[in-house]
Amino acid sequence: MIDPVFLEVSVVVLGIFLLMAEAFGLTKEKSTLAWWAIGGLAAVFIGTFFIGPNSNSFEVSGFYVVDGLSLFFKRFVLISTILVLVMSVDYLPIVQRLVPAERPGAGSGEFFILPVFTCAGLMWMVSATDFIMIFCALELVTISFYIQVAYLRRSMSSLEAGTKYLILGALSTGFLVYGITWFFGATGQTNLVTIREVLPLVPVANHPAILFGLALVLVALGFKIAAAPFQFWVPDVYQGAPTPVTAYLAVASKAAGFLVLIRVLEPFFTVPSFQNKLFLALVLLALLTLIFGNLAAIPQTNFKRLLGYSSIAHAGYLLMGLAAIGDTFAGGAVVFYLSGYLLMTFLAFLILVPVTKASGGDDIAHFNGLARRSPGLALAMLIAAASLAGVPFTVGFFGKFFIFEAAMNQGLYLLVLVGIVTVASGFYYYFKVIRAMYWQPAPEDAGPVAITKTSSVAIFLLAMLILVLGVYPQLLIGILP
Amino acid sequence: MSTVSPLLFLILIPLVAAVLVMLGGKSRTISLLASALNLILLLVLATKFRASEAGFQFVSSFPVVPQLGINFILGADGLSFVMLFLSTAVTLAAVAVARPPVENDRWFYISLLMISAGVIGAFASVDVFLFYMFHELALIPTFLLIGIWGSGDRQAAAWKATIYLATGSFVLLLGLIGLYLLQPLGDRSFDLRHIIQLAETGLIPDNPIVYLLLLFGFGTLVSLFPFHTWAPQAYASAPAPAAMLHAGVLKKFGLYGLIRICAPVFPESIQALLPLLLVLIVGNILYVGYVTIAQRKLDTMLGYSSVMHMGYIFLGFAALNVVSLTGASLMLLSHGLTVALLFALCGEIRERTGTLEFSELGGIARATPRLGLAFGFAAMASVGLPGFIGFASELMVFFGAFVGEPTQMRAQTQAVAEVFRFNSIQIVTICAVWGIVISAIYMLRAYRKIFMGPLPERWSRLPDLAGLPRVAVVLLIGVMLFFGFFPQLLVNLVTPALLQP
Repeated sequence: MIDPVFLEVSVVVLGIFLLMAEAFGLTKEKSTLAWWAIGGLAAVFIGTFFIGPNSNSFEVSGFYVVDGLSLFFKRFVLISTILVLVMSVDYLPIVQRLVPAERPGAGSGEFFILPVFTCAGLMWMVSATDFIMIFCALELVTISFYIQVAYLRRSMSSLEAGTKYLILGALSTGFLVYGITWFFGATGQTNLVTIREVLPLVPVANHPAILFGLALVLVALGFKIAAAPFQFWVPDVYQGAPTPVTAYLAVASKAAGFLVLIRVLEPFFTVPSFQNKLFLALVLLALLTLIFGNLAAIPQTNFKRLLGYSSIAHAGYLLMGLAAIGDTFAGGAVVFYLSGYLLMTFLAFLILVPVTKASGGDDIAHFNGLARRSPGLALAMLIAAASLAGVPFTVGFFGKFFIFEAAMNQGLYLLVLVGIVTVASGFYYYFKVIRAMYWQPAPEDAGPVAITKTSSVAIFLLAMLILVLGVYPQLLIGILP
Repeated sequence: MSTVSPLLFLILIPLVAAVLVMLGGKSRTISLLASALNLILLLVLATKFRASEAGFQFVSSFPVVPQLGINFILGADGLSFVMLFLSTAVTLAAVAVARPPVENDRWFYISLLMISAGVIGAFASVDVFLFYMFHELALIPTFLLIGIWGSGDRQAAAWKATIYLATGSFVLLLGLIGLYLLQPLGDRSFDLRHIIQLAETGLIPDNPIVYLLLLFGFGTLVSLFPFHTWAPQAYASAPAPAAMLHAGVLKKFGLYGLIRICAPVFPESIQALLPLLLVLIVGNILYVGYVTIAQRKLDTMLGYSSVMHMGYIFLGFAALNVVSLTGASLMLLSHGLTVALLFALCGEIRERTGTLEFSELGGIARATPRLGLAFGFAAMASVGLPGFIGFASELMVFFGAFVGEPTQMRAQTQAVAEVFRFNSIQIVTICAVWGIVISAIYMLRAYRKIFMGPLPERWSRLPDLAGLPRVAVVLLIGVMLFFGFFPQLLVNLVTPALLQP
């Protein structure tokens, strides 16, 4: 049996080892670093199945919990990181072209190592139940992301994305800290478990202070999960960042943000006087996010930007699930949706990387005629787009169905109706990709898209999982926490 | 139940064929073989089917999401059997008349096979959730078929159809979730048998909002009057086999669902909201009917006429008695066969002449007598000439709607506005009978403009129907005539399903 905290520690050690290995030139080939990282993370992933109970001292201090939810998300984060690394190997030529280097290949090693540190931060984040711990983990994640987003130093858009992410990220951190101080002032606690116990005892006169703090924290977490009206950074950052980093931001960072949101909000849902206000805030956030994300996605012509808006839209459906949290199955529905979202988003990004390399850009128009150039890749993209849109027999459909079912059960009819309209617009913008691939002719000189073995294996697995879970979702529901 | 329903093979055969085609098999041969095999399998099953027994037969069940009562239940009763027959027969005809496109014929056949698997799955499902999911299997293939191989303004048509169908189906999904949530807590299921049983014991409240969601959801898919605009455009642009499958079979899904789900569960809401539905039906029959007359091209005319004929089936549903529902069910079959035949012939004409404008065509029956004869049969069947199955079904719908005799399915208490001692359903029925005149006008006129008159020099060397398309056309006409003379066979099959759902 392994002590749970050992998981994060080994990820950090792995990261340091890789840094050393790069510095001392243990390997010439930079992609070897990625394979080592993948191997290490896979070992940690296997380790998650053999962990013992949390040690006593942690249990008492209560800032680090290991429950079904955090374990599930640790695995989620590990899988995401492995997929990001697989994608990064494919992406390496672009990195090497856009990073200034004295020797060929210099300066691209960290591209594989930084995600490992981010992974450790995310793993801590999903176990954190103390505001201090949440804050530290969040900073580890965010700061390593700052570097990764701006990694392509010769690309203006990457630098622009990095600057935007840095400034807005710092701002949201400010909101978070300020919110935490208000909580601390009103309750004298930073631990969520204790806050939960203390909350009913707080005099009513102090309630506005707590609500103020809650609002500030919501703003900060809204930034992390890309909920409207805190979504302004998303399109530019997603478009400018290196594609694997975009995928990482879109999936793992968002999922961990949602988990923290659930953990932070949980105590407040137990107190009736907060419950209504919080519920209203969530409904409003969900409405705004759904409408903004889906409608703004319609005119997009750049695929990465489109996925940025789509990630806002998906945050809207997830918030709808959170607003319906009173339903017994709503929590499961949110986690199911997130897992489906991981599969389909990574699939889309995994296909985008080789297409970008082969056709020189990431506009939707660069997918033109893909079905004639590489039918298999086009079919996989078809599956990803169908799943993102919510076509039945894909995991995305069941995700939406469970969320809608929970929301209807809770009587959130307005949200559901808006959800229907936005789903319809989703069909439009996801099908634009299908149209490009199947309807449009390929450019004259285009041959098949070259793709590495590992990527094609990953693409195949993800596509199959999307279909299998779309037919038999019980496989995933069975292991939900 | 651990046994595997033989109906599963009906779904699997097209899917397996699609995979084989994808892996590089001979697309046309495999598709033809698969759809022929499917039809044979269905006929074999039909001989094993015990028509006298009520309820679903060949049932097998497999849990998909047990928490929410979603199960993969296959089964068929008389009504589903009729629909399954329609699906397999039209699939075979569609594949037979299909002309392999110059490039990427593989996806073309895969798309057709996927639509076929979807409709068969939908009609063989007892679980309403699966019923819904299978219908959606056709969404992407339709988008591709119209968008890649369509004609005219195909891109706009494909977008419009896709957005309409997707929105309609999500409204429908809400309705189905509503139906699920209406059931008492702890005893919820998507199993149709369970739902109807609960409805009979009064455990499902008759909720008009859920009914409206279902009506508009299904209605959009069936091209109910204000939501019909996607259909003519899509059918006009679609390649012939796609239009055959979509207009002939897939569109019947919505009406089948209304007859299957809404009629037994929400009789009071149907009664209460009858005026709304009747107005829409008049829109479907008269408004769309006159629009049809105004068309100057055969493909759009057929598209509109297929929308118009949905009005009759809706009327049969709205009248809500056994005669009218039986008529509506028969009409699902008759209209499916007729419209498939018409679209097949329309495709054949387009193939030969390259145009469907009435003003440019004329007299081609002289060059292609068989094509003309077949079109004449199809036009007559569409109008509802005695001897064709369409006649029997229209007659039953009209009788059922006009007499409107209360049955156990019909609520007794109703205040219906009367004009000249005709109640509202009777008035609408009269309008519908006038609709027959309208369809006679446009069908006969189309026949005259295309096939009669002097034969222009440039059409004088057109080849006549031959080969597989001819076989397919004869098959469809034969079935229409056969059931036209023996409609009782179908009535015996369908009525038990309606009486004892």
